[in-house]
Amino acid sequence: MKKKYNYNLMTGGILTVTMLLLILISVFYVPYDPDKMDSTAKLAKASFHHIMGCDQFGRDIFSRVMKGCGNTFFVAAGTVWMGTVFGILIGSFTGYYGGILDEVLMRINDTIFAFPSILLALVFVSLLGGGKYQIILALGIAFIPSFARIVRSEFIRCRELDYVKSARLSGAGSLRIMFVHILPNTRNVLFSAILIGFNNAVLAESGMSFLGIGVQPPEASLGRMMSEAQTYLLTRPSMALFPGLMILWMVLGFALLGEGISERQAG
Amino acid sequence: MLLEVKNLQIAFHDHSLPETVVHDFNLTMEAGEIVGIVGESGSGKSMSAMAIAGLLSRHDMTKEGKCLFQGVDTLRCSRQELRKLQGNEMGIIFQEPMTSLNPLKKIGWQVEESLRLHTDLGKTERKERALQALAEAELPNPERVYSLYPHNLSGGMRQRVMIAAAMIARPKLLIADEPTTSLDVTIQAQIVKLLQKFSREKGMAVLFISHDLSLVRQLCGRVLVMQKGYVVEQGDMETVFEHPVHPYTQKLLAAIPKIPGQGGV
Repeated sequence: MKKKYNYNLMTGGILTVTMLLLILISVFYVPYDPDKMDSTAKLAKASFHHIMGCDQFGRDIFSRVMKGCGNTFFVAAGTVWMGTVFGILIGSFTGYYGGILDEVLMRINDTIFAFPSILLALVFVSLLGGGKYQIILALGIAFIPSFARIVRSEFIRCRELDYVKSARLSGAGSLRIMFVHILPNTRNVLFSAILIGFNNAVLAESGMSFLGIGVQPPEASLGRMMSEAQTYLLTRPSMALFPGLMILWMVLGFALLGEGISERQAG
Repeated sequence: MLLEVKNLQIAFHDHSLPETVVHDFNLTMEAGEIVGIVGESGSGKSMSAMAIAGLLSRHDMTKEGKCLFQGVDTLRCSRQELRKLQGNEMGIIFQEPMTSLNPLKKIGWQVEESLRLHTDLGKTERKERALQALAEAELPNPERVYSLYPHNLSGGMRQRVMIAAAMIARPKLLIADEPTTSLDVTIQAQIVKLLQKFSREKGMAVLFISHDLSLVRQLCGRVLVMQKGYVVEQGDMETVFEHPVHPYTQKLLAAIPKIPGQGGV
């Protein structure tokens, strides 16, 4: 049989790995201090010294993009982590036990789900104030319902399966059945949900920072940089172009990775 | 007496009218005895067995009567008490070996589960017992099977794994819910022999549920015939098979295909 190449998985993997490398490097090394202003280099064009040019304060865009990727990634990862952990907790209990608990929690879930996540996050930010951690909390809460829903439906699918029954018959307790026997079997679905959720979180964070309620200045984030660049969109389009490309890179990498993985699972 | 079921009655309340699926089910079993339950689909045979195993806990269902397993009423005792019995004192094997094993766990892990839950044996002792159980279930090369995943095994092998998993804690009662239905004929015979061997050697009682009369005849000493929730006939294998009284039993027996010149089942 001819070997079929999974191009989605390969491209997605390469994009993601290089992105993670870039973020890792930015922790230890950036070409310039991303917050240092240089009045001689205001709105500098891309050159050998500043490969992506400088912004209106003369800050090196490449250094800021590197840091910004890290911030955006951190917020997205935190959001997805929060959504997943609480989503699994809520989804597994409601799915496994059903009944009144299920009804109550899922109706609350529906209510949260009915709000656009950005709008919901806006409410939280206005209560808690802006900043990285507040954004994670706000977006995280907005992300819980979708994960809870997915986990719940998987648990409903699994709870009547024979191997779960036989686990119950070997005397396993409910918690053990839920988290040792069933949870690992939801991993396929959960994994693609996490990748999609991650992308949504990247976009949501960028969107919120663009509106000025996300990561606070002077810290860099991709959305924040886009927002600063819009004044100079006509005179210096590269200022918006590079952060935008980075968002694309990040989202595309994870999307292709998710696509490739589900392709591989399908056989 | 190992098991005593008295006037068991199971009814569903899903719809406006309660629907009784098992009427007045009585059964006593001694250690080492093999009892068969036969009947068509929906006759209530699996329902009765699940009730005995304490698997029926749905709220929209009422259970009446008594089901004493070693003096514990499995219809009414607490979940904690039930868990002490399940997997330890009684084991179950299901009809569908393809789905009764967790696809993501190694065979060894799944066979050991009962030990992990009911004993405080260490890792090496558990593995020893698991290998022994796999060997007793006549799986070739237990060492290898131990570290395989379910998808590596055929249906017959998986059913043997299920038997090994059910047998590892040395239960006193094994409930076999149509364990051979999805296997081909030669494997069926092997599984039946295996159950017979366990029953003889370890004094284990087997409740064998099937709609395959010839298998029941090979294996069981006593048989219950069920139809539409009622036990219509019960007694010794010979009596029931040679002199069926109830018309349903007669029909069932008449439905067994016979090879001309060989006669009987």
